[in-house]
Amino acid sequence: MVAAHNLKHALFCAVITLVISWPIMGLKLEAVGTQITLQGADPFTWIAIGVAALAVFLFQLFREAILGRLGMLKSLNPMADRKPMPQEKRLKLESIGLTLLIVLALIWPFFVSRGSVDLATLVLIYIMLALGLNVVVGLAGLLDLGYVAFYAVGAYTFALLSQYWGISFWMALPIGALLAALFGLVLGFPVLRLRGDYLAIVTLGFGEIIRILLNNWTNVTGGPNGIGGIPDPTLFGMEFGRRVKEEGNVSFHETFGIAYSGEHKVIFLYLIALVLAVFTGLVIRRLMRMPVGRAWEALREDEIAARSLGLSRTGVKLSAFTIGAFFAGFAGTVFASKQGFISPESFVFLESAIILAIVVLGGMGSQMGVILAAIAVTILPELAREFSEYRMLIFGAAMVLMMVWRPQGLLPMRRRQIKLSTGE
Amino acid sequence: MLLLEDVHTHYGKIEALHGVTVEVKQGEIVSLIGANGAGKTTLLMTVCGNPQASSGRIVLEGRDITRLPTSDIMRSGIAIVPEGRRVFSGLTVEENLHMGGFFNTKSEIRKGIEHVYELFPRLKEREHQRAGTMSGGEQQMLAIGRALMSKPRMMILDEPSLGLAPLVIKQIFEIIGQLREEGITVFLVEQNAHQALRLADRGYVLETGRIRLQDTGENLLANPDVQNAYLGG
Repeated sequence: MVAAHNLKHALFCAVITLVISWPIMGLKLEAVGTQITLQGADPFTWIAIGVAALAVFLFQLFREAILGRLGMLKSLNPMADRKPMPQEKRLKLESIGLTLLIVLALIWPFFVSRGSVDLATLVLIYIMLALGLNVVVGLAGLLDLGYVAFYAVGAYTFALLSQYWGISFWMALPIGALLAALFGLVLGFPVLRLRGDYLAIVTLGFGEIIRILLNNWTNVTGGPNGIGGIPDPTLFGMEFGRRVKEEGNVSFHETFGIAYSGEHKVIFLYLIALVLAVFTGLVIRRLMRMPVGRAWEALREDEIAARSLGLSRTGVKLSAFTIGAFFAGFAGTVFASKQGFISPESFVFLESAIILAIVVLGGMGSQMGVILAAIAVTILPELAREFSEYRMLIFGAAMVLMMVWRPQGLLPMRRRQIKLSTGE
Repeated sequence: MLLLEDVHTHYGKIEALHGVTVEVKQGEIVSLIGANGAGKTTLLMTVCGNPQASSGRIVLEGRDITRLPTSDIMRSGIAIVPEGRRVFSGLTVEENLHMGGFFNTKSEIRKGIEHVYELFPRLKEREHQRAGTMSGGEQQMLAIGRALMSKPRMMILDEPSLGLAPLVIKQIFEIIGQLREEGITVFLVEQNAHQALRLADRGYVLETGRIRLQDTGENLLANPDVQNAYLGG
């Protein structure tokens, strides 16, 4: 009975595979002069499609057995059943580790190639984004699929301000973050009543609205052409270019009497990103231990109970949304400055999905986990670059294995327990 | 202390309460009994402002709270133990209690927690255990303890005996009796009519959104209609 059902199901899946892949891969439109003709693919593609259908058939047929095996992979993982460390020891280790990491991150760029520093800056931007989204998704439990919108607001704020009013990076940084926060607040109001899937869809829509707006408001944002010539940040009025662009500024290499090098700018940007990422981490860490942080968690755990204690649902959700958006704005400003050019292309849904994947992979709510995951998710595809088109495949496989082995994330959140001081 | 006057409540177009008048006086235990779907929980939720009453008046200690938002109502000396306990399962017992005193100062919270541990020595034993891993009875104690943390003058309990073993129910009702000695006015909503009426000074019987009967607890227990309908004859 079960076997018959499995066979039927497997056959169905295989046929679906054929039906889907045959027109997509097996048929090609070729332009011959003004005519477009339909051509079949080469025999190799046909064989590949057949093999794929067979693979789907076999997998579906023996699905239970295969998934059972996958579950057993758990026992291969040597770290599976360790006892958790005591809280004091863990906190100490964590702070030592973090300090070392930051010191290392400070001196590291002076010894490596320009490309690596550039990549590291991108990693830091993702860390900021993921830490911000972690507040919304991991702590407050609001599934946000349009987080990239706030990132776009930050980036475009800087780009537009510099284009129209010549405002510098340092001025634009707080403005971009605050404006993103304002957008978070504005979005927050209508979606407060929604939960789970509904909220996800509304935020998804919001993300798309922002992107499409940027794409179509051509006379302000330049539409799909984007905005170029975004200035680099300056260090106390010192520019990092070969020649000074703005009156009254001096250039960095002349002030210090060193030879001009393009690397100075890259390293400087990296350091800015590092400082901002550390700032983001520390601020959120602090917030998590304040009453507002506990209110986020309470609301995630049980909304009705939280409200019965007199917590205002509106206030708590809005604060999470706004703070998350604020740091996305930060990251956006840095991103615009790093790229020097932005277009709506950079703010597609995939970005939101990647940031969300970072938060889930890292372990919802856990800052260290999220940082590790941000590093992994940004660097892995780069490392796998030589596999070219297979790299996304490898990336996907890594995610699947990860979720089988450690569904709770790389470093799941261990809440710092409140202990009341005994006695006075 | 708490007065509902001709309260009507709607869910969309459907009227769930058709003009309910209930009074709970200072220091009393008042029980509200009724069958499934009679509107007991709706009545409580209306007191909490979610949903708000579509007409009528709700007065708490002389102050009209009918149109206040839930969060304001819950901060004005009233606490609710919601149906189905709803403790924060991922948080420890101590943290749950801490959340209960969210708007209090640190020293008030410390005293409050000590007081709750005196009332419920069982919770003290489980201090650092996650609330979700405890038994139903313990969770109910925690839910009551958490509600006590805000130092309420009045406590509303929604079906505290739900899904508990008879022996545990007895304990919970003893605790509710203790609340009165603490000077807390109790408004109790129960399906377990027998226990609820025995404990109560006064009782109300709610039927399809209307108050059908009101009397002292004893009289209601002895009332043949109540016996037939809610006490199984």
